[in-house]
Amino acid sequence: MALLTFERKYRVRGGTLLGGDLFDFWFGPFYVGFFGVTTIFFAAIGTGLILWGAALGPTWNPWLINIAPPDLKYGLGLAPLKEGGLWQLITVCAIGAFVSWALRQAEIARKLGMGLHVPAAYGVAIFAYVTLVVIRPLLLGAWGHGFPYGIFSHLDWVSNVGYQYLHFHYNPAHMLAVSFFFTTTFALSLHGSAILSAANPKKGERLKGAEHENTFFRDHIGYSIGVLGIHRLGLFLALSAGFWSAVCIVISGPFWTRGWPEWWNWWLDLPIWR
Amino acid sequence: MKIAFWASLALAAFFGTFMLLTAGWERPPIKSVQTGYRGLALEQNINPRREATVIARNQLPDVIPEASPEGPRASAVYENVQVLGHLSEEQFVRVMLAITDWVSRDEGCNYCHVAENLADDSLYPKRVARRMLQMTAHTNLSWQKHVRETGVTCYTCHRGQPVPEKIWFSNPGPVAARGPVGYRAGQNIAAASVGTTSLPFDPFPSLLNDDNVRVISTSALPSGDGASIKRTERTYALMMHMSRALGQNCTFCHNSRSFFDWNQSAPQRTSAWYGIRMVRDLNTNYLVPLTPTFPPHRLGPLGDVAKINCGTCHQGVNKPLLGASMLRDYPELNEVKQ
Repeated sequence: MALLTFERKYRVRGGTLLGGDLFDFWFGPFYVGFFGVTTIFFAAIGTGLILWGAALGPTWNPWLINIAPPDLKYGLGLAPLKEGGLWQLITVCAIGAFVSWALRQAEIARKLGMGLHVPAAYGVAIFAYVTLVVIRPLLLGAWGHGFPYGIFSHLDWVSNVGYQYLHFHYNPAHMLAVSFFFTTTFALSLHGSAILSAANPKKGERLKGAEHENTFFRDHIGYSIGVLGIHRLGLFLALSAGFWSAVCIVISGPFWTRGWPEWWNWWLDLPIWR
Repeated sequence: MKIAFWASLALAAFFGTFMLLTAGWERPPIKSVQTGYRGLALEQNINPRREATVIARNQLPDVIPEASPEGPRASAVYENVQVLGHLSEEQFVRVMLAITDWVSRDEGCNYCHVAENLADDSLYPKRVARRMLQMTAHTNLSWQKHVRETGVTCYTCHRGQPVPEKIWFSNPGPVAARGPVGYRAGQNIAAASVGTTSLPFDPFPSLLNDDNVRVISTSALPSGDGASIKRTERTYALMMHMSRALGQNCTFCHNSRSFFDWNQSAPQRTSAWYGIRMVRDLNTNYLVPLTPTFPPHRLGPLGDVAKINCGTCHQGVNKPLLGASMLRDYPELNEVKQ
């Protein structure tokens, strides 16, 4: 199905959230819109600042470039540019670009007369990012609690934050998040293989449809969620993964300072076997 | 779609409420101490409300006024003064009073001494105390790489009690079926000694031997004589004990991107390395030889003597007694004859 099939329906005026007709036009195949302009604005400045930060650093090795947040001593204030201030500006640009993109998605959804599922789903990803670099640092009282921008360096941050709570796998929200991540990929693999099998029949066989897919799962697990249901389930699983990820990091520090294994003492202390 | 939305919300509310109903949650403001380069998350998170109880628990006893080193020697005044005989009588009495305050606050002098004859060695605590005095001096003089100038006194471990609170005995573990059926490699007991994790419940035997506890391989792929998973779990169990004993998280000593690399570790790790060796030395050369001196009721379930671990001195803080040096007020303790 060619993308152009949708073009006539997609290219309708109106439905904008801000700016009226001002940027309500297309650049080639791309809708611009007020929030397209702000996306480009923030993304360009943010990328420029990242390149500047990289230029200040000791390496151009893309794995090792590191733009770190300020020292904790700067608290919730502004830090000098070379000592974390760049990180603060890049964070502002990132949030500006992500939120603009979500709003642009909302405008397109309105043009198409769709629900706001796409921007809402993307909004959960933004929420997880904002939790890491804004909400948790605010609760802990310093921007320095955000994660550094760098491929290896942010992994070091993740590892050390985990070990701050001795064993992060005991974090109950982390358990939920990990379970949802595994389940969402598992569900996608089941769904994807069902679709690919149905859509790629052996030579000489007919293309198969929803009835075959349903029958396959009814035969194997006694139940088929259906063609619409699988997408609702997928959305739920994926968003739950992101949501509980945000929860698991925001409770670590602001609401729990000790090792996560200790949290499970409620289980050990249950009166039935205590 | 509405049903799906509300069902998701209800599920999230259920899990969220359940978590919040469990005990031990804290709240901001939280105090954070940064110990490494910015953005590396090398930091300690401290709840100021909990910190207050730690401070209250680590108050020092009153200092007994200084004694003159002049005058007759203790050995000339009293009989059977074997390790403190060269102190002046005043200094000697001061040390005795201090020990009573530190070790047998409620029991008094007669915990160690026979009231009718103070020189009598028949009570076992007196014979133990003599060796403990030597151990204290040995610690302060030979293990400065761990105890620095701060040093230790009897009070560091005893805190007014004849038997320090944080000690360990060989642990036979829970009763289990014989053979492979009951074998669990010590795991999944949620013992307090390993921070109620699933790790092997008894990390302390490694505080008696000379094994290197390091288990991380230095090459990308396993090669040569690598550590087994079981040995690795024993090391992590010991680390869990150290973390709890010091009230610090793993990043106090380690940058977790490379646990073994000294160049990336905090200087505290060096101190801890000497600490492990110190504890092994004291356990092996001072405590274990005292086994026959103790009466059976002071020994562990397997008949072994009480031994020390990191918690014996540290008691939940990275510097015992919050770094206060009691030794400075009692230099006599370092003059004990070995």
